[in-house]
This record gives sequence, structure tokens and C-alpha cells, in this order.
Amino acid sequence: MKLLILLVIVLGIIAIAQLTRVYELTRGLRKTREEEISPADNRMNAMLMLAWMIVFFLCTIWLYVRYGDYLPEPASAHGVDVDKLMNVNIWMITIMFFIVNFLLFWFSYKYYYRKDRKARFFAHDNRLEMVWTLIPGVVMAFIIVYGLIIWNRMTGPASDEAMRVEVYSKQFDWTVRYPGENAVFGAADYNLISTENALGLVTREGIAVKIAELDAQIEKKREGLEENARLPVWPASYVEAVEDQIYRLQRHKQRIMDLSEFKSPEGLSEWEAGADDKIVKGELHLPVGKEVEFIFRSQDVLHSAYMPHFRAQMNTVPGVPTRFKMTPTITTREMREKLGKDDFDYILLCNKVCGSAHFNMQIKVIIEDEADYNAWLAQQKTFGGAAAPAAEPAQKDTLTTAMVN
Amino acid sequence: MGAHEQAAQGHEHGHAHHHEESFVSKYVFSQDHKMISKQFLITAIFMGIIAVMLSIFFRLQLGWPGESFGILNTFLGDRWAPDGILDRNAYLAIVTIHGTIMVFFVLTGGLSGTFANLLIPLQVGARDMASGFLNMLSYWFFFVSSVIMIASLFVEGGAASGGWTIYPPLSALPQAMPGSGLGMTLWLISMVLFVASSLLGGLNYIVTIINLRTRGMKMSRLPLTVWALLVTAILGVLSFPVLVSAVVLLIMDRSFGTAFYLSDIFIGGEALDVTGGSPILFQHLFWFLGHPEVYIVLLPALGISSEVISTNSRKPIFGYKAMVASILAIGFLSFIVWGHHMYVTGMNPFLGSVFVFTTLLIAIPSAVKAFNYLTTLWQGNIRFTPAMLFSIGLVSTFVTGGLTGIILADSALDVNVHDTYFVVAHFHIVMGMSAIFGMLAGVYHWFPRMYGRMLNTKLGYAHFWLTLVCGFGVFFPMHFVGIAGAPRRYYSYSTFEFLQNTMDLNPIISVFAIVGGLAQLLFLFNFFHSIWFGQKAVQNPWGSNTLEWTAPVEHMHGNWPGALPEVHRWAYDYSNPEHEDDFVPQTVPLKPGEHAH
Repeated sequence: MKLLILLVIVLGIIAIAQLTRVYELTRGLRKTREEEISPADNRMNAMLMLAWMIVFFLCTIWLYVRYGDYLPEPASAHGVDVDKLMNVNIWMITIMFFIVNFLLFWFSYKYYYRKDRKARFFAHDNRLEMVWTLIPGVVMAFIIVYGLIIWNRMTGPASDEAMRVEVYSKQFDWTVRYPGENAVFGAADYNLISTENALGLVTREGIAVKIAELDAQIEKKREGLEENARLPVWPASYVEAVEDQIYRLQRHKQRIMDLSEFKSPEGLSEWEAGADDKIVKGELHLPVGKEVEFIFRSQDVLHSAYMPHFRAQMNTVPGVPTRFKMTPTITTREMREKLGKDDFDYILLCNKVCGSAHFNMQIKVIIEDEADYNAWLAQQKTFGGAAAPAAEPAQKDTLTTAMVN
Repeated sequence: MGAHEQAAQGHEHGHAHHHEESFVSKYVFSQDHKMISKQFLITAIFMGIIAVMLSIFFRLQLGWPGESFGILNTFLGDRWAPDGILDRNAYLAIVTIHGTIMVFFVLTGGLSGTFANLLIPLQVGARDMASGFLNMLSYWFFFVSSVIMIASLFVEGGAASGGWTIYPPLSALPQAMPGSGLGMTLWLISMVLFVASSLLGGLNYIVTIINLRTRGMKMSRLPLTVWALLVTAILGVLSFPVLVSAVVLLIMDRSFGTAFYLSDIFIGGEALDVTGGSPILFQHLFWFLGHPEVYIVLLPALGISSEVISTNSRKPIFGYKAMVASILAIGFLSFIVWGHHMYVTGMNPFLGSVFVFTTLLIAIPSAVKAFNYLTTLWQGNIRFTPAMLFSIGLVSTFVTGGLTGIILADSALDVNVHDTYFVVAHFHIVMGMSAIFGMLAGVYHWFPRMYGRMLNTKLGYAHFWLTLVCGFGVFFPMHFVGIAGAPRRYYSYSTFEFLQNTMDLNPIISVFAIVGGLAQLLFLFNFFHSIWFGQKAVQNPWGSNTLEWTAPVEHMHGNWPGALPEVHRWAYDYSNPEHEDDFVPQTVPLKPGEHAH
């Protein structure tokens, strides 16, 4: 197969070489020069311009007809506005596309070289130029104003009734967090992330456990170093590496001890608010007809939460929470009926390259009636119930002892 | 003028003494702008071959996902294409390097490097660039940078893989993906050298255009190619240093423990000791270069096509002053639109609105340019040289691709098409195809000036028509794939039910890509064959007005024997009714009573 491809390419090149030689020989006999384009060549290219224009336009129309219905109708309130704006824009640019390409290829066809003709010496015309400066100016003014009205509506602050949902990304999956009964998200910090605490929720006991864990690790490494000091078997570079690890663990511990506790206006501590948070993997459920404000966070690199059916997208940025609000308007069940597809599901997919499995980082989005949603949410375990460590709640004094170490 | 004359004479004086040139000083470390231009062109062609091959590799995967292709295994080996199936990390690496090479090495270094070097001294009537030595350094920095970029394909872990925009933290953390290791380090080093090359070149171009114009070559008589190259050089000099700063900060984050772009990151089971940085800062710095970069790529192509369209329509370019004003306006606006790449990064929506406004303003000078091209063709006498065909193609791609930019500039619409194939379609048509067409038009048009021989016209025709059809065949359907919601930089789409209705376009796109890639063999053959065996060129084959065609066919150091030519008129006196010939070179004095433009 490889040989065959190679052979075809080599033969192709030889064929071109031979054809060129024949062509050059005949050209030499006819004493023509490369820069002198023969009337036949000019006519041929002019006809090709016309032919290409027709093919190009027909293919464009075919693409519009066959693939123009790109996505199902928008399933969010702002999506309807966005699609209207999109349609206005597409119509406008399609018309311009046809006009300008038509003029271009038509002129190229019509004015191909004839010996007996002289081109019209037409160097400038202020009136004409004014026309095609002002018309795009007016059209752009319309597009800008219309676009910004929709944009401001989309990005304005969420209403007070809006529910809030956190969507958390990491290589290569999504996690969703609902704030629970108290409607307040518990504080989260990346230093506390562990297998049991995927989002790094901050709780007093969590801090104590993590610090104890770090202390144990530091202690173990120190012991190793001491042992090696008595009976040096490690190469110097390894000793250095272990010292570096200890340093980093100490820094990690320090960062945890630097965490400070904030209280909501109602006096609820952010360190306690997380206990009733509900953390869900694999599915994002939302009630229909209710405004939702997403809070996006990322654990490692940039990701982007893209929900094409809702015309919604926002990057997730490590260290910088981002927000996007929307109101879903069509439940999954209704959309399945509209499309006649029983297995249809809305999805949220990653749209910022994030590593090797980027192309499969997705989560199902399920829009349902408020009742169904509430029933589903009630079944989800709370963070406190599911992952609270067995240890006694740490008191202030345990923390202080930890800090002294 | 006095100082310039002196300098020119000094140059001639020096030139008489070292007439004998060794092979090395003539062909390798040459300080002659014409030779440097050829060096840039051939290096860019070589880089272009690699970039096109890489694109065919990933198009095979996208067209027929998971299928085995022996050719992939042949080129990429068992590590990157085991059993002929492209590895997913290798996919990201070759996508990244394809983009990097095309944007920087082919369309920035290749396009500006070739034509600024060739045309600026010849069209303004100078003996050479202001500094031949810096010019030589510019090429050699470019060369070393190219070598490092190619070498990065062969290192452990593979080349940089985070996309050509190398957004941190992905690019900052070696543990995030294999390509963020040594491959990324080499990418960054290569880019620093590339920017050095671009700055040395750019400063030289600006100084030459401002100071070394021959007698009578007022700014208002400069050909549009030179105007475009001037604004391009200014954009490069103002924006590339910002990329260096972005890259240096990234190198610091990668290797010296700083956290300019990093904050609150937990990766590979470890909470990193980084707080307070922002990945968004990198994007601001990157796109402060990145958007002017689009015009650094596009403006020379537009300049070349202005020259070619006017010459081959046998008509003056319509609205010379408006064309210059548009180039200046585009150049200025290109500095205040970078945020349109960042509407969905969580940037303040008000700031987004400002960028919507400035971005859509660019449509106005662009529209002026497009309509001026059309009017130049109108009632012309069009000679279809291959260069002319490519220039007409450029107008079509510039308009077709530019129009979709209106959608992407609109933040409310961008939300749903950001980072999808719609974007890929848009910039490949408006910037990729247009700039490549401009570059090819330039090569076909000035090949006689570069090599003293003609390219084969018939092969040029075949090359153009295949490239046009395949180019649109590849990129036009991508609009529809993207608008259906298909993200870019995906290795495979098979797990997404909702995308399946447009996925039958993918094999079609891939076939066009392969045929289009193979069509470039016609050009390569034509190019290298004609360097040695092409028909010998005459001095002014296209009947052009500009100064480069008044220099002898055989290259000589200093460009013109004897005195420099003197300019008496603008460059676009084609079919002037006051003259018999359908062209009047810039060196021809005005007739008594003739009205100057």
C-alpha cells in the first residue's frame, strides 16, 4: 500500500515533467512566451470563472438546504433571542456573499482581455467611495446596537429568585454542586481536595484531618532522612528531593492554616454551609422555567462548559470563578417528543482543549418539571452525610495545636 | 535626500572593492536583500510542506475516525500512530504544530520575509535594505527558530499540544499533558527567536521605507504593496514584543516557580504552590499580538493583490487614497480588538461590548477594500496570468471569510459558536486561504524578478483551479459543521449523537484536503523546475509600472547599474488615455501639461 502510494506520486511527478517538457518544446516551436496569455487561455479562464461561480453558488445553496437546520430550537429563554439575531446576521451576510462574489466572478468573466480594447482609466470617484463607506457603516451600527442589546440582556445580573448551581471541571469530567437547604455554597479550597472531597469543601473537621495527614507525611519523610543520616545509603540528589518534598508539604500545610472563615450576612459560616451541599457526578439536573445562575470553577486547566442546545457557553478558569445565567424552557421529555427521538439528551461538553481526553469530556443535562427535579434532588446525598470523616468535630484548640507544629 | 545620496554612493564605493563573493557570502550568509528574500521563501515553502502534511494526517483521522492508515504509521511511527491509527495526544500535537507553522513560519516569516525583502528596496528605489547585516540576522534567527520548531516534533512526549495559542495552565504544567514537557519548552524558545527575527526584519523594513526612497518617490507615490508592508512591519514591531513578554512569563511559570498565570491548581494528586495568578492575563497578552498578527498575515497579501489586480486589469487601482486609508485604519483598529477572542472567558461583559464595537468597525475599511477591488476589475482588460487568478481568488476568500467574522465579532452570537468549526472555517478562509493566495500570487508575479526565469503558466492554471476548488471544498462546509455545535480540536466526534447529522461532511472535507494538498505538488514542481529550466525572463514581462521592473534581469548588488531611477508619477498609470501604451512606468516624466495623480 505504502509502495503503491509512493509509486503513484513518483509517476505523477514524472508525468508532469514529461508533459511540461512537451509543452515547453511546442511553445518553443511556436515562439510564444510564458507572459503572453493567449486569447484562448484568457477565454478559458473567463469561462472557468463563470463556471466556478455557478458551482460555488449551487453548492452553497445545497449546503444551506441540507445542513441549514443546524441545531434543534433553542431550549433556553435567551437562546430564542440569540437565534433571532443569528438569523438576521446570516441573512445579511448571505446576501452580501452572493452579491460580492457574483460581481467579482462576473466582472472577471465579462472583462477578460481583448486586444482591441483599452481598459477604462477610472482612478477614483469620491461619491462612490462615500457610498460604500457609509452603507457598511450604517449596517454595522444596526448590527452593533442589536447585538449589544441581546448581549446586555444575557450578561446582566441574575434575578434574586435565580437558583445557583456550581459546575466544576477537571481533566476529564464535570461535577455539579447544589447548595442544599440553606441555599449557600460552603467554601471550597483547592488545598483540601482529596478522593473523598473532590471539590475541596472547607469544613473544620476536614481541615484538621488534612493537617493531620500532612503532618504524618512530613513525619514519615523526616524519619527517612534521619535514618539515612545515621546510615547514608541515599544518593545526595535523592536526599535533596526528599527535603524538597518536605518543604512543599509544609507549604501546603501553611496554606491550609492561612484559610480564613467568612460568615454570610445571616451569620452562617462558610465552613459550615457546605455540610448540606449536594455533589453529583454524571448528570446535571435543572428545573424547567426557573432561572439558574451557573458558577463555574476549574481544578486544573482551562475548560469550557458548552451547552449548544441552550446557546450557552462559559470558560472555567482555575482560580477565577466565572458565571453564566440562563432559563431552560423545554424539558428533556418535551424535546424528545419534538424531535421524535427517544434517546435524545441535552449535553454539556468541554470546548477548550484540555488534554488527551478533551474530546470526550461531557455530561448529560436533564431538564425536568420542578416536582421531578425536587424528587431527584432529595435522593442525592449531602456532602456532610456522604463524606464527613468519622473523626470528632475539631475544636479551635486542636487547630491551634496543629498550627504550632 | 542629501544624506541618502551619500549613503548610496558610499555603498557603491564599498561594493566596487569586494566584487568577488565566496559561495558562503553569496548564498548562505548573504546580506543582499534579493538573496535573503529567496532564503525566506524556500524555508517557508519547506515549512509549508510539513504543515500541509500534518494537516492531511489529522484530516485522515477526522474523516475516517479510528480507521487504520499505513501512511500514518510510516510517517509517525509506532508511538504516535500504532497500527496506523493516530494517537490522541499525537493528534493534538500535529494540530498545534500545523497551526503554529502556518501562522508564524509560512504566513508571517514566509510572506513578509519574502516580499518585504524583495519588494521594499526594489519598489522604493534603494540599493538594499538600510542594514544588510540586520537583515541577514533576521533570516538566520528565522532559520534557527524553524529548525527548533521542527525538532520539537521529535522529542520525548511529542511537540507542544495545547493548540497554537498555547493557553496556560495547560501549556504551563508538564503534568497536564505529554506535549507540555520538552516539546513546549522548545516551542517557547523557537518563538522567542522567531520574534527576534521578526523585529530585526520589521525595523529594517520601516527604516528603509522611511529613509531610502529614491528621488521623487513621495509617500503618496508608493505602490500599495509597500504601504501594506510598512503597516505590517509597524504592527509587528509594536505587537511582537508583547508576545515575547507573554512567553517569558510562561517560561518563568514553567521553570522558575512563579505564578503569573497560575492559581489554585490541583493536578496529578498535588495541590500546587501557586496562588494569585490569572490564566486570563496570558490570553490578553497573547491576543494583543494575536489579533494584529491576523493583519500581519493579511495585509501583505492584500498589498500584493492590489498590485497584481491593477497590473493585470490594465487599470489603475481604484481609490488609491482610500486603499491607503483602509490599510492604516485596519492597522490601527487591529490593536484594539483583541478581546473578541475572549468573550467567554468570564471577562467583564461591558469590556466585551467595547470589543464588539471596535471589531465590527473593521468591517468598514474591509468593505471599502473589497469594493475598490471590484471597481478595479470593472471595465478592465483582464489578463489571466496565474498571479491574477490567485488575486481574484483572494478577493473571493477575503469577502467570503470576512463576512462570517461579523457573526463571530458579535459577542451574543459568539457564545454559541466560539471554538467550534465555524471559527475554524472563518479564519482559514479569511486569513489562511487569502494569505496563501496572496503569497502564491506574489510568487507567480515576481518569480521572473527573483530568478530571472518564468514559471510555467499552464501548470499555474491547474494549480490555481485545483487549489481554489479544494480550498473552498475543505473550509466552506466547516461552517455548517461548526454551527451544528462541533467543537474544534476534537480527536473524534463519535460519542456525540447530536452532531451526527453533519458528520457525513467530514470525509468529503478530508478528500478535498488530500487532493488540495497533492495539487501543491504541481506548484512545487513548477517552482523548482523553473528555477533552473524555466523560460528566460525579459525585464518587464507583465508591462508593470513599478520600479523593480526597471532593474536588470540579472541580479546585481546595488540593484541598478549607475544612478538610481528617478520617480515622476504614481505607480498606477495603466491605460492612461494621455499615453499610447497601456502602461507608463514610474520613471517616465510627465508630459508637458499632463495631469499627475
